Formats: sequence, C-alpha cells, structure tokens
Amino acid sequence: MAEITLEKVVKRYGALGVVHGIDLTIAHEEFVVLVGPSGCGKSTTLRMIAGLEDITGGLVKIGGQVVNDLPPRKRNISMVFQNYALYPHMNVRDNLGFGLKIAGQSPAEIARRVTEAADILGLVPLLDRTPAELSGGQRQRVAMGRAIVRNPDAFLFDEPLSNLDAKLRGQMRAEIKKLHQKVRTTVVYVTHDQVEAMTLADRIVVMKDGNIEQVGTPMEVFNHPLTTFVATFIGSPPMNLLPGTIAGQIVRLADGTEVPVPDRLQRFVRDGMAVQLGIRPDDISPVGHGLSQDGPGAEVSLTVDLAEPLGMESLIYTRLAGQEVQAKLYGPRIVAPGEVLAFRLALDRAHLFDAASGKSVRAH
Amino acid sequence: MIRALTTRRTEMAPFLLLLPAVATMLFVVALPLIFSLWTSLTPYKLTKPNTLYDFIGLTNYVRIFGDWDFWEAFLRTIGFLTVALNVEFALGLGIALLINKITWGQRGLRTIMMFPMMFSPILVGFQFKFLFNDHIGVVNNALQSLGLTNRAIPWLVDAKLAMFSITLAEVWMSTSIFAILLLAGLFAMPRDPLEAAKVDGCNAWQVFRHITLPFLMPFAYIAMAIRSLDVARAYDLVAVMTDGGPAGRTELLWTLIARVGYDEAKMGQANAMAYVSTILSILFTWYFYRKLVAARRYMGGAE
Ligand SMILES: Nc1ncnc2c1ncn2[C@@H]1O[C@H](COP(=O)(O)OP(=O)(O)OP(=O)(O)O)[C@@H](O)[C@H]1O
Ligand SMILES: [Mg+2]
Repeated sequence: MAEITLEKVVKRYGALGVVHGIDLTIAHEEFVVLVGPSGCGKSTTLRMIAGLEDITGGLVKIGGQVVNDLPPRKRNISMVFQNYALYPHMNVRDNLGFGLKIAGQSPAEIARRVTEAADILGLVPLLDRTPAELSGGQRQRVAMGRAIVRNPDAFLFDEPLSNLDAKLRGQMRAEIKKLHQKVRTTVVYVTHDQVEAMTLADRIVVMKDGNIEQVGTPMEVFNHPLTTFVATFIGSPPMNLLPGTIAGQIVRLADGTEVPVPDRLQRFVRDGMAVQLGIRPDDISPVGHGLSQDGPGAEVSLTVDLAEPLGMESLIYTRLAGQEVQAKLYGPRIVAPGEVLAFRLALDRAHLFDAASGKSVRAH
Repeated sequence: MIRALTTRRTEMAPFLLLLPAVATMLFVVALPLIFSLWTSLTPYKLTKPNTLYDFIGLTNYVRIFGDWDFWEAFLRTIGFLTVALNVEFALGLGIALLINKITWGQRGLRTIMMFPMMFSPILVGFQFKFLFNDHIGVVNNALQSLGLTNRAIPWLVDAKLAMFSITLAEVWMSTSIFAILLLAGLFAMPRDPLEAAKVDGCNAWQVFRHITLPFLMPFAYIAMAIRSLDVARAYDLVAVMTDGGPAGRTELLWTLIARVGYDEAKMGQANAMAYVSTILSILFTWYFYRKLVAARRYMGGAE
C-alpha cells in the first residue's frame, strides 16, 4: 500500500517561497498529474516527495509513514527524469539492473527482472548498447524500464516526454498509460502539457505560483473549473472570458449585449455582481454547425475576422462584446473573413466567475 | 604556357606557405632526433669528437641492457612513477571533492592550490632538502620536539627514506594538477545521474563509487598521461635532493643518463639510455590514452 500524503508542505529557498503549504492525498495505485505553468513549483513538489529536496515545512507521508527525514533510497520510489538521467558509462542492461544490484539481488534474479522489464518496453534488442547509442525515445524507455524493474511503491515522473517530438510524445503517452494499466502502482506525474494531464490522469492537480488551484478528475477540472486560471489553462484553445455585470437573471456584457444567466448558476448570482462569463470555443458555433443544437442557448450574430480550417472543423476568430473570442465551426464548410454568421452560445456549458477573485460563482 | 605556369604556381602555394613551419620542425625536432639516434650507435665521447664517426651498431644498447645499474634506475623510475601518480591521484581526488563541497571561498582556495606549481622544481628540491636535513632540518626538529624520537633520522641518507622524501616532494609539488583537473571534472558532472542513483537506492559512498568516479576517470587519465611524461623525465628534484645517492640508491633514469653523458662524457651510451627512456614514456602515454579513449566512449550520452 503506498498512499502518498502531503500535509501543509512548504518549500522555501532562503527568503523565496516556492511552495506555499499544499495539502494533497494520492491514493494507492492512483495516477495523479501535477500540471501548471513553468515555475509554479511542480518539480519542487515532486522532488520533495522523492527526497531530493529538503522539506521546509509540513509533512510528506508515503504509505502512512512520515518520510521527511528519510533519504531517497529509503523511500522505495522510482523517478523518471526529464533528461532521462541514464548512467552514461553503463549499457542498457546495467542501467536497468543497477538499482537491483545496489539492493543486493542475485545476478539470476537481476537478469530475470531486467529481461521482464525489457520485454514490456521493447528494449530487448538494445540491451547491450550504451545510452550514447540510443535515440531520445529509446532513452526515455530505458529510463522508464529502470523505474519499473525495482517494483517501487510509487513512480514519480518529471516531464518525461517534454524532450521528444510531437509524434513520439503521443506514442510514449499511450505507452505510459498502458504501462500503468499493466503495472498498477501509485504514479505522480509532472507536466505542463494539459493534453498529457487530461489523457493520463485519474486526478489532475492544477498548480499556480506554489499553490494548488484545483484537484479533480480530468472531467471535473474541464467541466467545472473553480477559477479563471484553471478555466483558461485546461482545454485548448483556451476558454473565452468576457467581462460583464449581473442584472437580474441577465449577464450584461461590456458592449451591452445581454445573455441569460445559465439555469444551473442562477442561484449563485447577486444583482450588480461583476462577473466574467466563461465559454469555450467549442460552445460558440455558427447555428447548425455546433456540437449540440438543443438545451438553453443564446444567438448572436458575429463577423468572422479569421478562419483556420482544420479539416473537419474550423477555428474562427471573431469579436464579441468588444473582445476577441475564438469559436469553433464543425463540419467541412468554408467561411470567408468578413462573413456575418448567426452564432449559438451553448449556455448550459457556460461558466460564471467572480470578476474580483477569479473564483467560480459556484464556489461562493 | 603562361596559364599552365600560373596554375602550377597556385598549386604550389600551400606547400610554399608551409615551408617555414616544415623547415623549423625539421631543424628543431627531426635533426636533433636523428643526430642523437646516430650518436647512440657510436662510441661518441664529448672529449673525443672524432668518435662521432665510429659506427658500432647496437653495441651501446647491448651494453646498457647488460648493465645492472641501468636496470635498477629503470625499475626505480617505474616504481617512483607508479607510487607518485597513485598518491597524487588519491590526494588530488580528495582535495577536489572537498573543494567542490565548499560554497564560500572556493576561488581563493583554487588559487592557493596552484601555488606549489608556481615554484621551480629546483627550488622545491632545495626546500625539501633543508626540511629533511638530518641535523638542521625542520622535520627532525619537529619530531624531536614532539618527543617522537631522539635520533637524527637520516631522511636523505638512508636509501629507503631518501626515496620516500623525494616522492613526498614530488607529491607536494604536483598533487594540485590532479586536484585541478578532477575539480574541472566535478564541475562538468551532470546532476541528474547522481540524483537517479540516489533514488535507485545508493548511499553517498555508492553514488561516488558507481557514478562519480567512473565519470571522473577520463579526467584522471588526462592528468596521468601528462604527469607520467613529467615524472618519467624527473631529474631536477632528485639531482638537488640526493643527486642519485646514497651510492646510487635513488638513481632514476635521467640522473643516470646525465651522469653517464656529462660526468663520464659517454654521450653515445647516454643517448642509448635516453632512447629507452623515451620509448618508456611513449608506452605510458599510449597506455593512459587508450584508457582515456575507452572511458570517453560512453560520455556522449551523459546528459
Ligand atoms: N535551487 C533553487 N534555488 C532558488 N530557487 C529555485 C531553486 N530551484 C527552483 N527554484 C525556483 O522555484 C520555483 C519553482 O521551480 P520548479 O522547478 O518547481 O518549477 P516547475 O513548476 O517544475 O517549472 P517547469 O515547468 O519550468 O519545470 C521557480 O520559480 C524556480 O525559480
Ligand atoms: Mg520542472
């Protein structure tokens, strides 16, 4: 059993606070992804779990045991580094077996487990090469193999795919997911790529400036972002945010355009409240070209500024309430700049955020 | 016709431009080499210039290979080299590891560390000769004051102690070369594999043994290649401290060569010895270079 718990974990470098007291519980065999922009403290958090970084305050527990003062080798975790961190002077076989050798396993046992891991990851033909003789993707696989041979309580990944090209990244992402299904273990995975976060995670932890903004399943985080930061960080292209004011059951946008407050949010708003209306590009579509035609909606007519055809869909840049917004057109239809179309806003999937705090009105 | 000439001239241009360099090399390197090789095949004596034209084949080589004094100096040189290089490597590694740990005052220490290298070996020799002098030397004085001995230990007179003293002077003078090169290696060392090893279960010693040391070895081999050339031609320290004595018990190849060549004026024979010594140096360099190439082969994937 390896549940990982962080309680009020703080990291400071001298006077500079980097992680500001985060609480997080990662269940046994759960795949948790820490995601956030560069410099938000993801790696630092992961390295505190690994024992590579001192913990300034709070507690880190693995399997119920406080590990604050344990060196990495006593935590029974494996880590995959962004730069692979293979041992340059050892061939693939020795890289994979190094941890077992240090643990004092018999050569026969080491050979058996190395072969097993190499089999899972397709490394058998490469066992006698040195890291210098491998491609980036192969190195990444060796790094993963090195992590799994030891049967650790938890895997820690620090942006393992960010050095790979887009195609390979997609492949390796799928391999990591398969691997987790085969070798069920607790995983903490750091990335700043929200696609990786969405596809891999059982639960996503969105971080910003050393704080946790939101924790939830990918669908929760996507469908119910708690803050404007999460709303714009998760999902691509990002959610459009339009400032406005509540007037009864109406949101009045900056230019006077009026949009009804979505039914499910009505009980959260007060008259005169300054808000931001959040609506994803997927939910602003020309009539007849949207994801859904029914449910509550509002129609506005907008002028196309720019259209980017992507095949089965097009990304449309237009202006709404004096602000540039992105919209999606589904179906193979060509639109020209300057064309005026009737757009439908799917309000059942729209969000309202308090303009001052940036928090979802539901959170009040 | 004129065209043909100009093309010829442009073709020749690179060779013409290289000529001064080639000529200098011939004059400075090749000529002395050939000359000394020739003299090693003659009974050339400095006092009888005419002997230079007496070709005697390999007689000089046969003679030195049958000469026990030569073999003793030869083996002692190898022993001296082995001990000095290993001690310097071990000490240099220790110093480099310590300095690498310090965050404050590192620059200053790095400079101070170079001091021994700034002194002429002859002066270092004199200094150690005084330190180890059995009557007035600081070493004996200190030992006696501390009550560790009441004898005057003959540091430079007893054969074994004299070799020890010379080695100590050599180590004092040159450990910093190892320290500096190994420190450079430590600075260049990627951090990730060290962390990976810690997570993989290594304690501090195991990280050092399995990751740091293999990474540093190429730097150590560079230092050893340089130093093996240096130590194999050691002359000044020994000449000053013991002059190969007592009774030839600290004689190294080059002190012997100098003695045979200048004191006994047997330049032909001395040059034969010098050639053997040169071949020895080449062998050492080749050996360390091979080790270096082998160690470097995998370093491409360090990051
Ligand atoms: N050794 C250090 N000394 C001082 N500040 C540091 C140190 N290491 C990291 N930081 C700071 O801590 C903050 C968080 O760093 P961290 O590496 O955790 O970011 P990250 O979320 O992993 O970002 P990225 O996506 O770029 O890897 C950064 O602002 C960084 O500048
Ligand atoms: Mg990072």
